[in-house]
Amino acid sequence: MNLRRVGVTLLPPIVFGVLFVGGWQAFVRLEDVRTFVLPAPSDIWHSVTEAHSRIVTAAGHSGLNALVGLLTGVILGVALAALAARLPILGGAVTPVVAALAAMPIVALAPLLNNMYSPLSTLPRREVVALSAFVPVFFNVLRGLSQLAPVHRELMQSYAASQTAVLRVIRIPNALPHFFTGLRIASSLAVIAAVVSEYFGGLQDGLGSRITSSVGASDYPGAWASVLGSVVLGLVFYIAAVLLERLVLGSRATSPV
Amino acid sequence: MTEAEQAESGAVTAPAVELHAVHKSFTARRGTVVALADVDLTIERGEFVSLIGPSGCGKSTLLRVIADLLQPSGGEVQVNGKPARRARLDQDYGIAFQQAGLLDWRTVQANIELPLELHGVDRAERHARAEELIELVGLTEFARHRPPQLSGGMQQRVAIARALAESPALLLMDEPFGALDEMTRERMQNELVRIAGETGAAVVFVTHSIPEAVFLSDRVVVMSARPGRIVNVVPIGLGARTDDTREAPGFYAAITQVREALRGLPVPQTVEVGVSVENALRNSAEGAL
Repeated sequence: MNLRRVGVTLLPPIVFGVLFVGGWQAFVRLEDVRTFVLPAPSDIWHSVTEAHSRIVTAAGHSGLNALVGLLTGVILGVALAALAARLPILGGAVTPVVAALAAMPIVALAPLLNNMYSPLSTLPRREVVALSAFVPVFFNVLRGLSQLAPVHRELMQSYAASQTAVLRVIRIPNALPHFFTGLRIASSLAVIAAVVSEYFGGLQDGLGSRITSSVGASDYPGAWASVLGSVVLGLVFYIAAVLLERLVLGSRATSPV
Repeated sequence: MTEAEQAESGAVTAPAVELHAVHKSFTARRGTVVALADVDLTIERGEFVSLIGPSGCGKSTLLRVIADLLQPSGGEVQVNGKPARRARLDQDYGIAFQQAGLLDWRTVQANIELPLELHGVDRAERHARAEELIELVGLTEFARHRPPQLSGGMQQRVAIARALAESPALLLMDEPFGALDEMTRERMQNELVRIAGETGAAVVFVTHSIPEAVFLSDRVVVMSARPGRIVNVVPIGLGARTDDTREAPGFYAAITQVREALRGLPVPQTVEVGVSVENALRNSAEGAL
C-alpha cells in the first residue's frame, strides 16, 4: 500500500526525466548539434565521471560559502524581523529598504563587493549569499510574527497576558511555518548566489569558477558537468531545509515535496 | 475560586455583573456611531442571561465592555463587585467566542491549560484541572488530539473548557454555537445548561437565535439597534431542561414572548401585547426602558 503510493509519487518524474534526457540525447545526435551549442547528455556524463573528484571539491567550497552565508542571512533575517515586529517604527523604516533590496539582483553586487576585499577572500561571496537569503527569511518571519487573529488577540487580552507572553505562546508558533517557507526559498537562493558570485573573479575554487574557466577553455561538457554539480548542491540544500521543516513542524509542515 | 476565597475578596454578595448608564460610541470617519446607549443591567450570581437583538444592536459590544476588552465611553461597569478592569486582571471571568480560537499546534489538553500556564499554575495542578474539564465537556478520548482533527462542535467544547479553566464566577459567550449545525447546536445547548448548573457560574450569552436564548436562559435581554439599547427583559422559567423542554408549551410561549418583544423594536416605548405587565413593571423598575 505504502510502497504503491511511493511508486505513484516517484514514477511520473522518473518517466519524465528519462524521456527528457533521452530526447535531448537523440536530438543532439540526430541533428548533429555542435558541442559548444549543446553537448549531448552522454558527453556531459563523461565529463562528470572524468572530473568527479574535482567537481566534488569545488562543490564543497561553493557549498561552504552557501552554508555560512545562508546561516548568517537567516540569523539576520529572523533577528531583524523580530525587532521590526516588536517596534513598528523600526519595521516601517526597515521594510521598504528590504523591499528595495529584494527588487535588486543581489548577485549584481558581487563584483563591487569583490573590490572591497583581498582577491583570495571568500567574504564577498558569503556576503552576497547572506543578503540573498536574508530577504525571504525577513519577509516571511515578519509576516508570521505580525499576524494575530482577532480572536487570539481578545483571548490573550482577557488573560491579561503580557506582550512577551503573546509572543511566546502565539506569535512565535504562528511564525514557524512562515519561517520554514522563507528558509526553503533562501536555501535555493543561497546556492545560486554562491555559484553565480564566483563568475566575477576572485578566488577560483568553486563550481562557478569551474563553469567560467571551462567555458573559457571551450570545454563545454565540462562546464555543463559543473552546472550539474550546482543542481545537485542546490537540491541538497533544499532537501535539508524540507527535512528540517518536517522534523520541527511534523504534520504542520507546508512544504510541497 | 472556592467559597472561602470569594468571601475573602469580599465579592460573595456582589452581583456577577452590574451595569449603570453604560454608553459606548465609536468615532468613525463619517462621524460618531452610538453602539450602546443608557444600558442598565444587573446579573445575579449563577444567573444565565442571554443578549438578543438584530445585527448592530451592540450585544457583542456590551459583552466586550463587560469583559473589559472595550472601554465604555460612559457609565459604570462592575464585575464581581469590582471595576471591570480589576475583574479582568483577577481572571474573574472566562470567555468564549464564535470562533473557538484554539491553538492548532497544541493538544486539546494543552489548549485548556493555556490560561493556567499563563498565570503560573504548576504543571501537576494544571494537568489535574484540565483532566477534570475534559471530562466535564466529554472529550476524554480526545485529550491528546489537536484541534484540526476535531469537529466544530468538539472544538467549541474545548473552548468552553478553556473558558472554565480558572473556575470563573462569570462565563462570557459571544455566539459560541453560531457556526454549528442545528443538531450539534442543540446538543451543545443541553451540555451548556448542565455545565452552567454544575459550575454555578453566571453566564452572559450573546445569540441571534430566539429558541437558543429561551432554552438556555433565566432571563432574555432584548436589544434594539441604532443606538443599541435594552428594550425589554423577558424572564424565562423553564426549570430543569431536557430535550422534551423543546417541545413543551411553556417553551413556545416564551419564544413567542421574546419574538414579540423583538418585533416591537421600532417603538420600544410602548409595551407590546404578549409581554406581561409583570415584565413591563420589572423593566421599568430596572430602568431598562
